[in-house]
Amino acid sequence: MATSVAELMDYDEVIERFDPVLGLEVHVELSTNTKMFCGCANLFGGEPNTHVCPTCLGLPGSLPVVNGKAVESAIRIGLALNCEIAEWCRFARKNYFYPDMPKNFQTSQYDEPIAFDGHLDVILDDGEVVRVDIERAHMEEDTGKSLHVGGATGRIHGAEHSLLDYNRAGVPLIEIVTKPITGMGERAPEVARAYVAALRDLLRAMDVSDVRMDQGSLRCDANVSLMPKGTSEFGTRTETKNVNSLRSVERAVRYEMTRQAAILAGGGSITQETRHFQESDGSTSSGRTKETAEDYRYFPEPDLVPIAPSREWVEELRATLPELPWERRKRIQAEWNLTDEELRDLVNTGAADLVAATVDAGAEPGEARSWWVQYLTQQANTREVELADLAITPAQVARIIALVKSGELTNKLAREVVSGVLEGEGEPDEVVDKRGLKVVSDDSALLTAVDEALAAQPDVAEKIRGGKVQAAGAIVGAVMKATKGQADAKRVRELILERVGA
Amino acid sequence: MTDLTKLGAAELAAKIHAREVTSVEVTTAHLDRIGEVDGAVHAFLHVDADGALAAARAVDGDIAEGRQPASPLAGVPLALKDVLTTEGVPTTCGSRTLENWLPPYDATVTRRLREAGVVILGKTNMDEFAMGSSTENSAYGPTRNPWDRERIPGGSGGGSSASLAAFEAPLAIGTDTGGSIRQPASVTGTVGVKPTYGGVSRYGLVAFSSSLDQAGPCARSVADAALLHEVIAGHDPMDSTSINAPVPPVVAAAREGALGDLKGVRVGVVKEFAGEGYQPGVLRSFEAAVAQLRDLGAEVVEVSCPNFTYAMPAYYLIAPSECSSNLARFDAMRYGLRVADDGGHSAEEVMSLTREAGFGPEVKRRIMLGTYALSSGYYDAYYGSAQKVRTLITRDFAAAFEQVDVLVSPTTPTTAFKIGERVDDPLAMYLADLCTIPSNLAGNAAMSVPSGLSDEDGLPVGLQIMAPALADDRMYKVGAAYEVARGPVLDRIPELKGVSA
Amino acid sequence: MSNISRTEVAHLAKLARMAVTEEELDVFAGQLDQILEAVAKVGEIAEADIPPTSHAVPLTNVFREDVVRQGLSQQQALAAAPAAEEGRFRVPRILGEEQ
Repeated sequence: MATSVAELMDYDEVIERFDPVLGLEVHVELSTNTKMFCGCANLFGGEPNTHVCPTCLGLPGSLPVVNGKAVESAIRIGLALNCEIAEWCRFARKNYFYPDMPKNFQTSQYDEPIAFDGHLDVILDDGEVVRVDIERAHMEEDTGKSLHVGGATGRIHGAEHSLLDYNRAGVPLIEIVTKPITGMGERAPEVARAYVAALRDLLRAMDVSDVRMDQGSLRCDANVSLMPKGTSEFGTRTETKNVNSLRSVERAVRYEMTRQAAILAGGGSITQETRHFQESDGSTSSGRTKETAEDYRYFPEPDLVPIAPSREWVEELRATLPELPWERRKRIQAEWNLTDEELRDLVNTGAADLVAATVDAGAEPGEARSWWVQYLTQQANTREVELADLAITPAQVARIIALVKSGELTNKLAREVVSGVLEGEGEPDEVVDKRGLKVVSDDSALLTAVDEALAAQPDVAEKIRGGKVQAAGAIVGAVMKATKGQADAKRVRELILERVGA
Repeated sequence: MTDLTKLGAAELAAKIHAREVTSVEVTTAHLDRIGEVDGAVHAFLHVDADGALAAARAVDGDIAEGRQPASPLAGVPLALKDVLTTEGVPTTCGSRTLENWLPPYDATVTRRLREAGVVILGKTNMDEFAMGSSTENSAYGPTRNPWDRERIPGGSGGGSSASLAAFEAPLAIGTDTGGSIRQPASVTGTVGVKPTYGGVSRYGLVAFSSSLDQAGPCARSVADAALLHEVIAGHDPMDSTSINAPVPPVVAAAREGALGDLKGVRVGVVKEFAGEGYQPGVLRSFEAAVAQLRDLGAEVVEVSCPNFTYAMPAYYLIAPSECSSNLARFDAMRYGLRVADDGGHSAEEVMSLTREAGFGPEVKRRIMLGTYALSSGYYDAYYGSAQKVRTLITRDFAAAFEQVDVLVSPTTPTTAFKIGERVDDPLAMYLADLCTIPSNLAGNAAMSVPSGLSDEDGLPVGLQIMAPALADDRMYKVGAAYEVARGPVLDRIPELKGVSA
Repeated sequence: MSNISRTEVAHLAKLARMAVTEEELDVFAGQLDQILEAVAKVGEIAEADIPPTSHAVPLTNVFREDVVRQGLSQQQALAAAPAAEEGRFRVPRILGEEQ
């Protein structure tokens, strides 16, 4: 199917002429044991249609019963987002037909969300803190999954038929909706990414969700509109659906800004519609327009009774909140005595947890931080994995740091040990043994090498003897080469000076 | 041997438990009776002879080995409305769309019946998805009233009521959304009870209108209904709207009532349920019943429930709205009928064509009505207003129950009408539930007990007794007292024998 | 306040996914009109200050423990399916988009 390539405006020009307005809707799958309204296991994947029962298959006569743990998680999330918790709220039915939704209505919350009016402080790359206001967080259920067969693989267009798996149907979801985010200017795409990242870190710290964007346990819909500079009325927005990585969130927002700006500048108008993000080229393409949108006919779910969390319960749940990421950041900065810049690097590389764990394993904070933020971050980038997914544990890093501290490894050798661990050669000590990386500290072995080097370069030896101590560098280099870098350079220098009697 | 099919459930249970007769004999007698008369009555959509006999044998085995019967009704046969799921046994809800559906699970009511040793004979006919007052909306043809086979047996649970009146079963289960237990009971001279909403689990009851639906017992006597009530009622964690409280002591209340003393009981006559639209013979029967209650010692007063006249309009917004959503699941994707799956049609088209083919006119009408009432722009005027009326009706009940212990009215304004008479006039059909709807909207308990035959047409009339939520026992006491004083009604039913030939 | 048109009935049928016939459109338009006129009566007494009732019995906070309960096997789940393939429900091609 041929699609015309959208015209885009240069980004700097977009910023000169328009103010972007964002609205972010994030769906989070809770990691409860069971689904939202039935006792089926809440597990990712599995043989199709094996985590199903009459309720999540929508069989005639079946009824929902709310998972208390999911309500607890929803309230805790609301509290962590500084929301008010409703004194009384209900579920509603959102009515529309779709084959992956067994009842042809989604049990959700409509005008009575369990949490509302909150905010999340988001740190941008340069350390600036932006407060994103939260409109609401509400509970709902996930849909099943459809597989489209025939035609282009996996695509809905041209498919001959579809296959449905309801393992995911009824998995608890929390939908978190921001208020319109305005005044961000050129940083709007970055704010969008930073917000989703902050939310992900928060939910991870709370242990309420796997927050795996790649597996769909955290999904983001980005609403974008533009206002011409100097005006304050929001423009028509588009909603880009299911943007599935942090980078994509940023790209999708940026793309929509440049696309919409080009249309508006050309005298056109924006169609209110959902759009789909194309991972391949970072563009968005047109989906369902508002004209064909359904009338959802919301009404209170009669099969479920209202939820009225007592204030005592809410306070009990507040007390269970773990140290939240921003509180933790403050504490870490104080404890490790970090500058704002150091803290930012720590946060941006996502290394804070890893550093903390490395410190817990006995390493000194400065050393631990420098390993994770610098060398290991480089390694992660080279290998294109998340830092946390690097095949080395904080305990292993702590052991390597200890080996350096005791003089058994040089920094250079330590990096080789890291490589060995990353290559799966075992624990640091095993790598040291296998690769024979111990520092050569036996003076007699070193002296032999020193004597050989001096003998090979008598002119240099003479210079040193004559007082040009800095000339020793050449001999050190030769010795290091001869010992394949396993000698302690400082000791080598000492031995050279002793030998020539300088 | 006495004709086992003429005996009540309590008597049958007593004989079975005393080993005077086996459950298999009782069950066989009823299966034979079904074979004999159901061709003329059409109370059953499916007869599960093998399942019934197996259940009967299990009860007989228990008793033969000296074990305590599983319940006071162990071994007694029952007719189950086809809106409650039965694992591996067809459950059609009277709809073409579920013609061949075999549920993979039992409703809680079904499970409780099985656990109590009650023998399920089969599934009874009903208006499609319980929408109707005559059982004419069944996709499988109407059920006929055993009193006059040209007439309707009530609805939606006409199969259950007819099975009792035709002596095909001594017990039945119905479901009542706007009167679907009580109105059929009324027009067939049987007893039908809508328990307090939340008193009996709805798990496995195929939903018509979730906030109104309630399953309940049907029998030929108040005492039998009470025994069945205690088998099926009680908290169920699978139903969020199930009340977590002890079941009201309905069996004890029925026994107490049968002693015939209603001194100290205050009975309120609902003023609004009389006058235009009420058949004179029905009103005369009702007045006689009220006089009888007074004779039993009850203090009778007239009470006004001014908002009850708005109950029907509110009901015909709330029930269709909920049904439009509840029935959305019948979409040809996972179970049930599928038409036009010829490779040329999309899923959306197959859904639309299947729903068009699978639903009858009344179901379609209500789905569209409900879709309209919930639409943006109309919600407040229709659904929203109806919910407010619901509040007002609940308040009327609360005020009335401050003055009296129970309320009474005719169950339905007329006796059984003729088959076909109201099919083309939905509003006329809806009038049948005029008096029964308020208790569905408010969720309180209500029952229909026969109050004799109308003097103008010789057809049964029902007395409705309404009690506050969770005070189901009150109406059982009054109903049982009245029943004893009035004397039998069903023994005047014309003999059906030989009709099947 | 009603007067429901054929077009509106057609719209309702579309929302409700029912491929009603032309003849049905006429019949339903007339009947819905009649019924809506009768039920519109609720507006007469539904004053603004009256709270709506959505549930017959005023229960709150009914929750389930987060404990896995045995569900259906794949075979049971698919037993009633009009068509199945590879452990999944087989349905005709889906045209619309997910919401």
